[in-house]
Amino acid sequence: MERPLLSIQDLTVDFITRDNSMRAVDKISFDVPMGKTVGIVGESGSGKSVTSLAIMRLLPQPPANISGKILFDGTDLLALPDDEMRKIRGNKIAMIFQEPMTSLNPVFKTGAQVAETLMLHRGMDKKTAWEKAIDLFNEVGIPNPSQKVHAYPHEMSGGQKQRVMIAMAIACDPKLLICDEPTTALDVTIQKQVIELLQGLQEKHRMSMLFITHDLGVIADVADEVVVMYRSKMVEKDKTRSIFEKSNHPYTKGLIACRPDLGANPKRLLTVSDFMDEEGNSLKVTKERVQVFEKNYEAKNDSPILLEVKDLHTHFPIKGGLFGRKVGEVKAVDGVSFQLKRGKTLGLVGESGCGKTTLGRTILRLIEPTSGSISYEGKDITHLPNEQMRLLRRKMQIIFQDPYSSLNPRMTVGEILTEPLVVHGLGGGKSERLNTAKELMEKVGLKANQLNRYPHEFSGGQRQRICIARALMLRPEFVICDESVSALDVSIQAQVLNLLLDLQQEFKLTYIFISHDLGVVNFISDEVGVMNKGKLVEMDRADRIYKNPREEYTKTLLSAIPKGLPKNLEAFLS
Amino acid sequence: MTNYIIRRLLYLIPVIFGVSFIIFILFNVVAGDPAPLLLGKHATAQQIHDLREQLGLNKPLFAQYMDVVRSSFTLDFGRSWATRQDIYDMIRQGAWPSLTLTIPAFAISTIVSVLLSLVVAFYRGKGIDLFIRFLCIAGMSISSVAYILFFQYFLAYKMGWFEISGYEPEFPQFLSYVALPGIIWIVLSLGPDVRFFRTVILDEIYQDYVRTARAKGLGEITVLLKHVLRNAMIPIITYVVIQIPFLILGALLLESFFSIPGLGGITLNALNSSDFPVIKAMAVLSSIAYILFSLLTDVLYTLADPRVKLK
Repeated sequence: MERPLLSIQDLTVDFITRDNSMRAVDKISFDVPMGKTVGIVGESGSGKSVTSLAIMRLLPQPPANISGKILFDGTDLLALPDDEMRKIRGNKIAMIFQEPMTSLNPVFKTGAQVAETLMLHRGMDKKTAWEKAIDLFNEVGIPNPSQKVHAYPHEMSGGQKQRVMIAMAIACDPKLLICDEPTTALDVTIQKQVIELLQGLQEKHRMSMLFITHDLGVIADVADEVVVMYRSKMVEKDKTRSIFEKSNHPYTKGLIACRPDLGANPKRLLTVSDFMDEEGNSLKVTKERVQVFEKNYEAKNDSPILLEVKDLHTHFPIKGGLFGRKVGEVKAVDGVSFQLKRGKTLGLVGESGCGKTTLGRTILRLIEPTSGSISYEGKDITHLPNEQMRLLRRKMQIIFQDPYSSLNPRMTVGEILTEPLVVHGLGGGKSERLNTAKELMEKVGLKANQLNRYPHEFSGGQRQRICIARALMLRPEFVICDESVSALDVSIQAQVLNLLLDLQQEFKLTYIFISHDLGVVNFISDEVGVMNKGKLVEMDRADRIYKNPREEYTKTLLSAIPKGLPKNLEAFLS
Repeated sequence: MTNYIIRRLLYLIPVIFGVSFIIFILFNVVAGDPAPLLLGKHATAQQIHDLREQLGLNKPLFAQYMDVVRSSFTLDFGRSWATRQDIYDMIRQGAWPSLTLTIPAFAISTIVSVLLSLVVAFYRGKGIDLFIRFLCIAGMSISSVAYILFFQYFLAYKMGWFEISGYEPEFPQFLSYVALPGIIWIVLSLGPDVRFFRTVILDEIYQDYVRTARAKGLGEITVLLKHVLRNAMIPIITYVVIQIPFLILGALLLESFFSIPGLGGITLNALNSSDFPVIKAMAVLSSIAYILFSLLTDVLYTLADPRVKLK
């Protein structure tokens, strides 16, 4: 058998600080064969990124303490002196990171950053390196390469920046390319392009790839073999197809099952906790639990219209000239009209910058509309005076994307939850308000006695539950969820989506659900609106949009979703 | 960018009106009548009346305000009440000794601080880092007067390496007079500067692009000097350039201890003798300098950071 390009043996990474030590990677072993792609999946904190940084020896030591063996082409990287390792980094092993926005140096031209690698490892002079950089820009599909090498990172889109990162990585023909969540921060259509680019380059340069992601759909498209990591340990390792068809580990099963896909949806999403208890023991999954329900799209069709938006425009001025005159405008929302019936969910999808967030905020009048009208319960609220709008806001709430930054770190959860009541002078005295908060904590799956804790004591999923509870404190009728599950791991995302559905039933809520993830929107929505460049290009019943998209743009969006492999839930019934 | 600079320079006009107004209020309304103050308690009513006439204090208030505005724009502040000298000449003569002290001292202390903070950032968390940080804190904890007296006594008086005090404007003679106060200036600035620059550089060191630079295979020193420093320059420029207007005012304490006839000394004397026109002149000049140098900061940003576009 051919020697694998990369062989990881009993790799263990501990982070040792003065007070404690944390094991981030626990005795994992796997191989990356020549010319193949191995995927690592797992949720945040499972140790997958630490593994990749350990291979590159980019972890600061201390606090990191690495043991085991990392054999690259037969050499143990962990035993190499620093200057030898530097000759491998960027040369034989290259790496692409998750955040194209921050991974490039903002003050140097993108061409210079690519040329730097060539000058370092290939000993090229400046002129030759820049010429090679132009070739590389061309190879990774950046239009106008001879001009774009002179662009700074902020003059490029996210997708283009990631292409620059790729150009930098393949500059010296590496044997191994490590991709750490390379497409997570990108829109689906861009994600598809970047993945196709990487696959093309892999074939052309005969590279091996180590592809790290939390998205099983992407893994299924790119990887030959998959390593599943859970709580610092490798729980499973197999050919990609086998993992999807006959996984043995309950965590892997849960991970595959909890991902909403575009086919028929279960009434509630399965979660990892359906397959595995806290201690990691397998649970038996009942047949009913995985049963697929046809969603009743006709339900509540006779309920009254709650929200009506007519020809709504929100424009932002662009200022210029000597005295800051208005020289143009950005049409963030450009003539949007729709109706939403009480108790229903409207999903808004579109790529970043399409105006979906601005639309949501304009409806709540957190941003003032330029023209058009918004009516709520038949009453025009477009020009409602602030005082009356404040009263109305009790009924309208919003849940934001990032549960880390949308909770005040210096307030206890109790203070955070009761604040809306205090602001509106509702909910009786202090103890009554706290009782309401306790009730809601339990409704969202947290414990009532956690009210005196601070946000940092909770995990990302728990914090998003707190955000949901805060939105519900005023007993609203209408809630806008603005990318509310995007920052969460798939398994947590499934739990939060289930929770949102339960709460909708219990409190008779009407949702606008804004997301870039078409799978999630399909699962939760009755109707779906597709936005592009400020306009609502298509709006229809969710199932119809997904089965028979009429608009070209919708078709592009749908075809860009990584298909993954069909999940065979029946096989998971142990 | 030209538009931006023109607009910012035009802002000077309302600012000068505003500064003149505040100065006018402070000196002519809040401070009370300066004539009896200047003449002492044995002055007759007639003497006070004559002096008020002479100083233009019995003109209508608005006319007095316009006098302040006019002198702010023409930089003609009249004569000093105390010495009867032309204020413009006083400032011109005081500028040279002050600037020969403050500019070299400031430039050297800034360069040394940046270099030291790079060393400290390179060895972050290690012994050298701790040691230099300890020295910074220790240095900052001692009063500046203690340094002046100690250095003056030992290095100038006991060892005779430097002049104890005084000044000669000719090059290179002035060097022996400004060297010691300059060294004290540098010692005083190192503590706060190194601590600030170290924080700025460490903020950058943990950014994603630094990880990318390391992943390319660059050595730590290249990463620090090329990638990190260029980004850290942005806050460093703000911190450094905004101090320059204060250099123009001179070093109050150092000049008076070392008897250097600079702007700091002029200001101090004017404060002691209620020499209002001189104080007014220094206040107006420092406001204008402040605006010009904050404009310079903005322009320097565009050189350090391609993302900044001045419109």
